[in-house]
Amino acid sequence: MINLTINGKQVSAPEGSTIMEAAKLAGIDIPHLCHCPGIHTNGSCRVCVVEIEGMKKLMASCIVKAQEGMVVHTSTERVRLARKIIYDLLISNHPKDCMACSRNQSCELQAMGGTLGILETHIHGEPSPRRVDISPSITRDTRKCILCRRCVTACHEVQGVGAIFAQNRGFNTVIAPALGKPLNTVDCAMCGQCTVVCPTGALTETDGMEKVWAALTDPNKRVIVQVAPAVRAALGEEFGLPAGETCTGKMATALHDLGFDDVFDTNFGADLTILEEGTELLQRLTAALTGGEAVLPMITSCSPGWIKHCEHAFPTELDHLSTCKSPHTMLGAVIKSFYADRLGIDPKDMFVVSVMPCTAKKYEIQRPVMQNDGNFNVDAVLTTRELARMIRTMGIDFVNLEDGTFDAPLGFSTGAADIFGVTGGVMEAALRTVYELVTGREMPGSNLHLEPIMGLEKIKEASILFKDVKPEYSFLEGVEARIAVTSGLKNADVLLEQIRDGKSPYHFIEVMACPGGCINGGGQPRIRNNVPNYKELRIEALYNEDEGKPLRKSHENPDLLELYKVFLGEPGSHLSHELLHTTYTARGHFNEWLDPEFIAKREKEMSEAV
Amino acid sequence: MSAIYSLKIKSPADLVELRDNFLKRTTGFRHTIYICGGAGCISSHSEDVVQALKKAIALRGLAQEIRMVSTGCIGLCAEGPCMIVDPDGVFYGQLTPEKVRMIVDRHLIGGRVVTEYTYFDRQKQEYIPYTKDLPFFNKQVKIALRNVGRIDYSSIEDYIGHDGYAALSKVLTDWGRDKTIQEVTDSGLRGRGGAGFPTGVKWKSGHDQPGDQKYIICNADEGDPGAFMDRSILEGDPHSVIEALIIGGYCIGANKGYIYVRAEYPLAIERLQEALEQARGVGLLGENILGSGFDFDLEIRIGAGAFVCGEETALINSIEGKRGEPRQKPPFPFQSGLWGCPTIINNVETLANICAVINRGAEWFSSYGVGRSKGTKVFALAGDIVNSGIIEIPMGISMREIIYDIGGGMKDNKKFKSVQSGGPSGGCLTEDHLDVSVDYESLAAAGAIIGSGGLIAMDENTCMVDTARYFMEFIQDESCGHCVPCRIGTKRMLELLQRMTNGEAEEEDIENLETLAKTVSETAMCALGQTAPNPVLTTIKYFRDEYIAHVRDKKCPAHICAALKEYTIDPEKCKGCGMCARGCPVNAISGEKAQPHAIDPAVCVKCGSCKAVCRFDAVVLS
Repeated sequence: MINLTINGKQVSAPEGSTIMEAAKLAGIDIPHLCHCPGIHTNGSCRVCVVEIEGMKKLMASCIVKAQEGMVVHTSTERVRLARKIIYDLLISNHPKDCMACSRNQSCELQAMGGTLGILETHIHGEPSPRRVDISPSITRDTRKCILCRRCVTACHEVQGVGAIFAQNRGFNTVIAPALGKPLNTVDCAMCGQCTVVCPTGALTETDGMEKVWAALTDPNKRVIVQVAPAVRAALGEEFGLPAGETCTGKMATALHDLGFDDVFDTNFGADLTILEEGTELLQRLTAALTGGEAVLPMITSCSPGWIKHCEHAFPTELDHLSTCKSPHTMLGAVIKSFYADRLGIDPKDMFVVSVMPCTAKKYEIQRPVMQNDGNFNVDAVLTTRELARMIRTMGIDFVNLEDGTFDAPLGFSTGAADIFGVTGGVMEAALRTVYELVTGREMPGSNLHLEPIMGLEKIKEASILFKDVKPEYSFLEGVEARIAVTSGLKNADVLLEQIRDGKSPYHFIEVMACPGGCINGGGQPRIRNNVPNYKELRIEALYNEDEGKPLRKSHENPDLLELYKVFLGEPGSHLSHELLHTTYTARGHFNEWLDPEFIAKREKEMSEAV
Repeated sequence: MSAIYSLKIKSPADLVELRDNFLKRTTGFRHTIYICGGAGCISSHSEDVVQALKKAIALRGLAQEIRMVSTGCIGLCAEGPCMIVDPDGVFYGQLTPEKVRMIVDRHLIGGRVVTEYTYFDRQKQEYIPYTKDLPFFNKQVKIALRNVGRIDYSSIEDYIGHDGYAALSKVLTDWGRDKTIQEVTDSGLRGRGGAGFPTGVKWKSGHDQPGDQKYIICNADEGDPGAFMDRSILEGDPHSVIEALIIGGYCIGANKGYIYVRAEYPLAIERLQEALEQARGVGLLGENILGSGFDFDLEIRIGAGAFVCGEETALINSIEGKRGEPRQKPPFPFQSGLWGCPTIINNVETLANICAVINRGAEWFSSYGVGRSKGTKVFALAGDIVNSGIIEIPMGISMREIIYDIGGGMKDNKKFKSVQSGGPSGGCLTEDHLDVSVDYESLAAAGAIIGSGGLIAMDENTCMVDTARYFMEFIQDESCGHCVPCRIGTKRMLELLQRMTNGEAEEEDIENLETLAKTVSETAMCALGQTAPNPVLTTIKYFRDEYIAHVRDKKCPAHICAALKEYTIDPEKCKGCGMCARGCPVNAISGEKAQPHAIDPAVCVKCGSCKAVCRFDAVVLS
C-alpha cells in the first residue's frame, strides 16, 4: 500500500494506483473527461489536473501514479481556475447547439460544465476544420469531437481494428479513417464500440428513428417490430432501472404503445438459427468424418460486425463462416414470406423494424444479399438507445408500465434464444440441440450450461464427447468436438490467424464482435463510467431469463416446429436456404478484393506459384 | 579513404598506431587550408570555391606543399564561403573562385596576406586578418566544437588523429562504467538540449535501472527556428557523437543506440551515415569493440518534420513507428522508454562534450563556466546581428559580450532592442539584461532559458507583439494536438495576438492573454506546451507598453504591424512627380501631374513601395 495525503486526508491506496484512484478511496471524485475507467487513460483533456506539492506544474491525476508521501490538493483556487480555462478552451471549439444534439442531457462535456460551475465563457475563436460523415451505422460529427481518443483506444486496443485515428496535427487534428476517407469506405467493422465510449455527440449511431416514425404514421404499412435478446437486459438502464434488471414485459408493452402492429421476438429467430446452424454443423461434420469435403472449423455468423471484419481481415477464410443469416434477418425473411402469406398482404406493404443492441445491423440490413423477392428482410434497425428515445418522445412512463407479451406466431422462444446475447450463448444453445439430436440425451453439464465457455474471458475453449450416439450418427461415436468461443474482434483475430495458418484445432467457433457479446453491443446504453461491472450484470440477467423458462432448447419451440411443419419443411431445406442463408463478400483491408484487377493479378500469381 | 576499410582496429594499440601514422602523414605541409563545408557555405556556392582552389594549387604545382581540409562549419556563416589558412591563422571570407586564385598567388606563393579579403570590422572600419585578433574567434572556447572546422568531417583517420576514439579506448580498457559515470557527473556537464539535466546523473539512472535490454538515443531533432548547433556538429564532427554514444551505451548497459535526425538535415544524415559505415568498417561499431567484449551498434532514424518529436517521449513514439505525440512523464524514459525498456536520451551537443571530458578530465572541463553551469555552450547567432553563425562560449560571459564582441553588434548600426534566447520555448530579454551572465540559472531568473542554444537578436525596428505572434504561430502549428491546453490554447493565444497586431483587440485582452498563457504553461502535457507561452509572457512582462500601444492606441511603435500602419503624403514636400503612383501595386495613389498626390487609406495595403521610391521624402509613415 502507498500512503499519501490528499486534501489533508491520509489515504492508503494499492501500489500502482493513480492519484485519481487514490482520491476516490478518500471519497474525492476528481472531475475528468477523457479518462474512461478500465479502457482508456491518456491524459489529453487535462481537466483532472491537481496540485502536487514539490511539482511546479499541475499534473493529470488520471495518469500520474500515487507515490509514497505525496501531498496532493485536488481543488485549490489554482486548480479550479485551470480547469475552468481548460473547459472554456474546449467549448470554444465546440458547436454549442446542445439542444439539437443526440447527446443532449447525456453528454459528458455538457455535464462537466455543471460540475465545474461554469456560468460564463470568455474564450472565443475560429473553429477547427471539421465535417460530418454519415455511414450506414455510425455518424461521425467531428465538430463535436473533443479529441479524448477514447474511440481510438476502443477501435485499436479493444477491437484491434484500427479504422480511425488522429490525423493532421495541432488545432487541425481530427479523428478519422486514413486520408480522411468516409468510414463506409474503409475496413471499419461498424461494431459501434466507439459510439459507446464517445463522451459527446461526435460518434453516434446513424439515425433510424425518422424512418420508423414515418412508417408508424403511414396507414398503408403493417409495421412489425422484433427485439434482440440483449435489449431486454439493458433497456431499463436508460430509464434509471438498475443494471441487470430485465424488462422484457415492459418493453413489449411499450412497443405496443408505440403503435407497432405486431411485436415479435428476435428470440424466435434465434431458435430458428440454432436449427439451421446446428444442421449445417452436423452436415459439415458428417462430410468431414465420412471422407467428404468440408470446411472446418465452422464459425458462427450472427454478428454482422464480425462478418464485416472477417471479410476485410480474412478474405480467404470466408468459407468457414456459417451460411446462416443473423437471427433478425432470418425472422425478417420469415415475416415477409410466411407471415405475409398468412395475413394475405403484399410484403411490400410491410415495414419490419429490428431493435438491436448493435450498430452493425444497421449496415447489415443494407447488404444486397439481405433481400428476398426484391424485398429487404428488414427495413430499419433501431439501437437500444434509440428505442429508449422513442419511448421518451411518446411520453410513455416506462418504469411504471404493466408487463405485456410478444405476439404470436413469431413471439415465443426458448431459453436457448435468450443467451444469444451473451458471449458463449450461441455455442451453448447450439450444443444443447446438436448433442440431443446426435445422442438422444440432454447435453451434459450443470443446469444445461457449458461452464468453460461462460464469462468474460477473451478466448474460451471446451470439448464435448459424443458417446452412445444414435445409429444415424454412428460416425460421430467417440468423437470429441472441440470448440472455442471468443468476443471482441481483437480476440477473434487470434483464432482466425490459427485458421489461416492451418493450425486451428477446433470444429466449431463462436465469435461475437463486441467484448462480452451483444449485451455490450455498440447500440447499448452508455453506463460504463457509473457501473463498472455492467457487463457481468447484463450477462446474469440473460442467464436468468434462460433459466426461468420452461423450455430451454431451441428444437423444443412448438411454434418453430409448427413453422417448419407448415412452411419451411425441415432445417436446411431448399426454402430454408433461399430465405435463411446468405453469402459473403471478400473485401480485404483496403477493399482491394472488390477490385477485379487485384483479383486477376492474384489469380495469376497463384497459378504461377502452382 | 576507402583504404581504411581493409584496416581493422581491434585493440587500443591499433588505434594509437593509426593516430601516429596519420600525424606523421599530415605534418610537414607549408600551409593547411581549412575550407568550410558547412551547409551555410555550401548554399553560398563554396563548392565552386573549393574546385577553383584545388585547380589553382594543382596548376601551380603546390599539391605536395599545401594540405586542403574540407571541414564542417567554421562558424562565421555571415562571411561564407570562408576558410582559414594555417599556420598563419588567417581568416578569408566571402570567397569567390577569383578571390581564391588571388589568395593562392599572393598568400600561398607570395607569402603576403591578402588583407582586403579578410574580415572587415564595420565599426572600426578596418580589416582584421588573423583569427587571434578577431573577437568572433578569440572570445570563444571550443569544446563541443573542438573539431568542427578543424578536421575533415569525412575522415575517420582525421578524427582519430585528433584523439578520436581515445576516450572510448580509455573507458573500455581502463576506467570501466562507474569511473566514467563519476567523471561525467563530476564535470558538471548538463544536457544541452534545453532542460539542463545533469548528464552523469542521467547515465547513472540508466545504469542503475534493471533490465536486459536498454537503449541510448541521440536526439538530433533540432527544430528551433534559427538554431543549427546540432547540425553543425553532425556535419562537421559526426564521429564525436558516435564515440560518445558508444561510451554512453557501455555505461548504461545498452548494446543498441539510435540517432534520431530530422529529415530537413539531409547533409547531416549523409555525413553521419558515412561516419557510421566507417566506424563499422574498422570495427569500432559492432561486436567486441577494441577487444573489450562490448558489442554496440547504432541506427539512424529520420524524423518526418514534426517539431514536437524533439520532445523525448514523442521522439520515442516516433522511433517506435507511432504518431509523434508525447507520453506523460513519469514514467521517465530511463524507467520505461523505447519499447518499454530503460532508455537514455542525450542531445547532440551534450554528447559532443563527452569525449573531451573523458580525455581531459572533469576538473579541466569544470574550470570553464560558473556556478552550476559548467563548461561551454554552443549558440546559433541569428537575427539583426553582424556576425551571424555558430559560436561556443564559456558559460558565464555576458549577453553583451556575445552580441557586441562576438556578434559584432547590430547590423547597420541600429539600436539593440531584444534578444530571444532558447527558441520558441525561450523568452525575450531587453537591453537591461545585456549584462546578465549567460548560464542556466541566470537566464532562467531573467525569464528566458538557454534552451538548445538559439539566440535571435532584434533591433529597434522589431515589434515585440509581432515577435510573440510569430513564435506563437510556430508553436501552434507544431503542437501535436494531443492535449487541450496546447492544441486549443496556443491557437487562442495566437488569435488574441493576431487581434492585437490587427488593431482589433481590447485592453483587457492583455490580461486574458496572460491568464491563458499561464494556464497553458501549467497544464500542458509536455515541455512543448508548458514552455510555449514563454515568448508571450516575457514580452508582456518587458514590453507591456508596446502591447498597450497596440490595444489602446491601435498603434505599432515599430511600424511593423501592417494593419496599424498609415502612409500619407506630405503636400508640402510632394512635387507631384507621380513615381509613387506608378509603383503602387493597388493603385491607391492619385493626383494631377505636378500637384500634390494623396493615398486612399481604404485601398492602401501598406506595402511601403511609395515611401521607398519617393525622392523628396514626402511619404510619411505614422
